[in-house]
Amino acid sequence: MPEPLLAVRRLDAFYGDIQALFGVGMDVTAGEAVAVIGANGAGKSALLKSIAGLLQAPPAAILFAGEPIGGMPAYAVAARGIALVPEGRGLFASLTVEENLLIGGQLKRPGPWTLPRIYDLFPALAERRRLPSTALSGGQQQMAALGRALMANPRLLLCDELSLGLAPIVVRDIYARLPAILGEGVSVVLVEQDIVQALRAAQRVYCLQEGRVALAGAAKDLTREQIAAAYFGV
Amino acid sequence: MEWVNVILQGVLVGGLYAMFAAGLSLIFGVMRLVNIAHGDLIVLAAYLALVTTETLGIGPLTALVIVVPVMALIGYALQRLVLNRTLGDDLLPPLLVTFGLSVIIQNGLLELFTADSQKLQAGAIEVATVPLASGVYVGVLPLVQFAVAVAVIAALQFIFYRTPLGRAFRATADDAQVAQLMGLDNRHVFALAMALSLAMVAIAGVFLAVRANFDPSQGPSRLIFGFEAVIIGGLGSLWGTLAGGLILGVAQAIGAHLSPGWQILAGHIAFLIILAVRPEGLFPKVRA
Repeated sequence: MPEPLLAVRRLDAFYGDIQALFGVGMDVTAGEAVAVIGANGAGKSALLKSIAGLLQAPPAAILFAGEPIGGMPAYAVAARGIALVPEGRGLFASLTVEENLLIGGQLKRPGPWTLPRIYDLFPALAERRRLPSTALSGGQQQMAALGRALMANPRLLLCDELSLGLAPIVVRDIYARLPAILGEGVSVVLVEQDIVQALRAAQRVYCLQEGRVALAGAAKDLTREQIAAAYFGV
Repeated sequence: MEWVNVILQGVLVGGLYAMFAAGLSLIFGVMRLVNIAHGDLIVLAAYLALVTTETLGIGPLTALVIVVPVMALIGYALQRLVLNRTLGDDLLPPLLVTFGLSVIIQNGLLELFTADSQKLQAGAIEVATVPLASGVYVGVLPLVQFAVAVAVIAALQFIFYRTPLGRAFRATADDAQVAQLMGLDNRHVFALAMALSLAMVAIAGVFLAVRANFDPSQGPSRLIFGFEAVIIGGLGSLWGTLAGGLILGVAQAIGAHLSPGWQILAGHIAFLIILAVRPEGLFPKVRA
């Protein structure tokens, strides 16, 4: 197996005094899509936040391209090529759609993603580029958040609950763009409650339960029963 | 004609108040920091200009070339070393720290320059006037001051809405945590905002010092004028801030014309009326 692009090793993470992760380990290789599933409160978002630098972590607990990045500030993690699409999208309300995309690319990291390419991927955004981001529908906001993260030309894209609060048809529409994104060589970690979408999109799956990895494996090899057991702890 | 003159003088002074206010408004808008030391920093800039003009033998307007970057550097350092540590969910720590800073600046200036009032001499431009109509004359210096105020507000508006730096200011103001995910270091963004604010403070301070006498105790009243202009204009609107400054200036001029003792009072009354009638200010920019 090639050296992973991202290696999470025995990661403990805390929200204040409450421990959210207990010795979590995870690998993501270059160009791979990995899904992290689990019930509410299983620690999925805590895992992404730790990787992105929004939660404290010991340096060696998170290695990116061989470099320890645990506990680095989020802006420094972003500069190394990790982009997070935050839960709830986190678009900037005072900025137009295009300004949101431009600020995503403000580090000017070289790569395939430019404003025209984002508009090719999400034509709905091109038509609404001059509108405030608050004028977008939920699905369009998710596209803008995804586009904004891609503008950073990341090597690793972390997506926190892309499907949250969206109609199934909109979720399918967004997930339909994933192959085009993966085709550019970026690695993706999908945190999802929509297990069906996650299993369809990802090659490998980690299932978290109460802050621990309860199950890990290739998406195609896991049975429904295994996933249900890991997900619900039954 | 007499009243035209009065209102015109008020408008021209209002430009200065708008400059006091713009920096205050920028800082509150970007990082929700109420800078109680803002007025004292204006007076500090005036003293810096005094030292610069006396040491180098240059005019006050030329001294801007030195005072503006020095104040910007002071702003950057102040934010990085002190004020960033006070920011958080609670508005109180920055309020207390800037209040302390205000006391330190006032007493530091008192120690260095005594309580004697000072004034910057700008030479012939101070007494030069241009006739606008028969019986209406305006001083060249107030006119320059007003033009500079409009230019400063316009420049700030441009920076805020048309440049990557302004985008970073607005994004950080919206959601500082998500802004970090875009690779923006909040501490640096906030320090740049403070540097810009103090660059404007420097311009305001030099014009203040040319226009009238100043002494170390004058900061708090400049702060009040700045606050009033911001609130009259409506939070978050830079052109509103300019309008707020002008309204305050005109109200003071009218008050002064009625009776010299009413100048300051008339400004405060105008502010209170607007606060009572339109608490959101005259031109509020509604934030989502």
